[in-house]
Amino acid sequence: MAHATQVGLQDATSPIMEELIIFHDHALMIIFLICFLVLYALFLTLTTKLTNTSISDAQEMETVWTILPAIILVLIALPSLRILYMTDEVNDPSFTIKSIGHQWYWTYEYTDYGGLIFNSYMLPPLFLEPGDLRLLDVDNRVVLPVEAPVRMMITSQDVLHSWAVPTLGLKTDAIPGRLNQTTFTATRPGVYYGQCSEICGANHSFMPIVLELIPLKIFEMGPVFTL
Amino acid sequence: MLDVEAQEPPKGKWSTPPFDPRFPSQNQIRNCYQNFLNYHRCLKTRTRRGKSTQPCEYYFRVYHSLCPISWVESWNEQIKNGIFAGKI
Repeated sequence: MAHATQVGLQDATSPIMEELIIFHDHALMIIFLICFLVLYALFLTLTTKLTNTSISDAQEMETVWTILPAIILVLIALPSLRILYMTDEVNDPSFTIKSIGHQWYWTYEYTDYGGLIFNSYMLPPLFLEPGDLRLLDVDNRVVLPVEAPVRMMITSQDVLHSWAVPTLGLKTDAIPGRLNQTTFTATRPGVYYGQCSEICGANHSFMPIVLELIPLKIFEMGPVFTL
Repeated sequence: MLDVEAQEPPKGKWSTPPFDPRFPSQNQIRNCYQNFLNYHRCLKTRTRRGKSTQPCEYYFRVYHSLCPISWVESWNEQIKNGIFAGKI
């Protein structure tokens, strides 16, 4: 989850998110360089005591400031497209889970074997234990294995929702009448939070997503219910 | 009807519907629906010919894994009432 006053991206939990963080740093560096250059030129223009009334031809400079931005754009586009195609790679998943958005909770279906179906509601403030996260913790978490490609099928029963987990680099819209597929592979165990990312009514901010990623050996032991 | 315990693989060998190149895009609704139709068509053809319906279990597993259960239940209800729109 994000800590208070966090501005940057959360630490990556999947290889795609690691690539996205690297790309984000690369693009942001280019943006900072351009902004600094422009502000510096502006500063010089505003503070100079020189005057000039006779420039009428600047062919070389115009060529440079046309070619250079084109090169910069190519330098941004190439890694971007590389990651875009990486997210679309065919990978045979080991596990399929369905996530169905409702107003205002998620239903998860584990139906590869048998049928485990449950709802995931946000914990109301009165039900929070000490240490629980307000507006983020849920009653039933989505438990998944680490290092196994997981296929998520996301849809909605009523209005638009969006299933997002920033640390995995995932955000997929839950659209009624459509079954969107997304895959991910988590690289480390832990508890990861996300929130509904498409406005869906009064309690849009109160239907979070919590993933609990555990080692495969423990996942294989089957659901363990604790009271 | 289909024994879930019998379908469970040995521990450590998880299986789930593989990538289907007929449906490469993000919207997998056609994948789910097609397997549902194929399952019922397979059942109908094989029972009509008096053969075992064991090969149809593949389609059952695929659509059971991919389709939201509420959709499957409503389609089954429609089939039972004779108002299902698909061709089976």
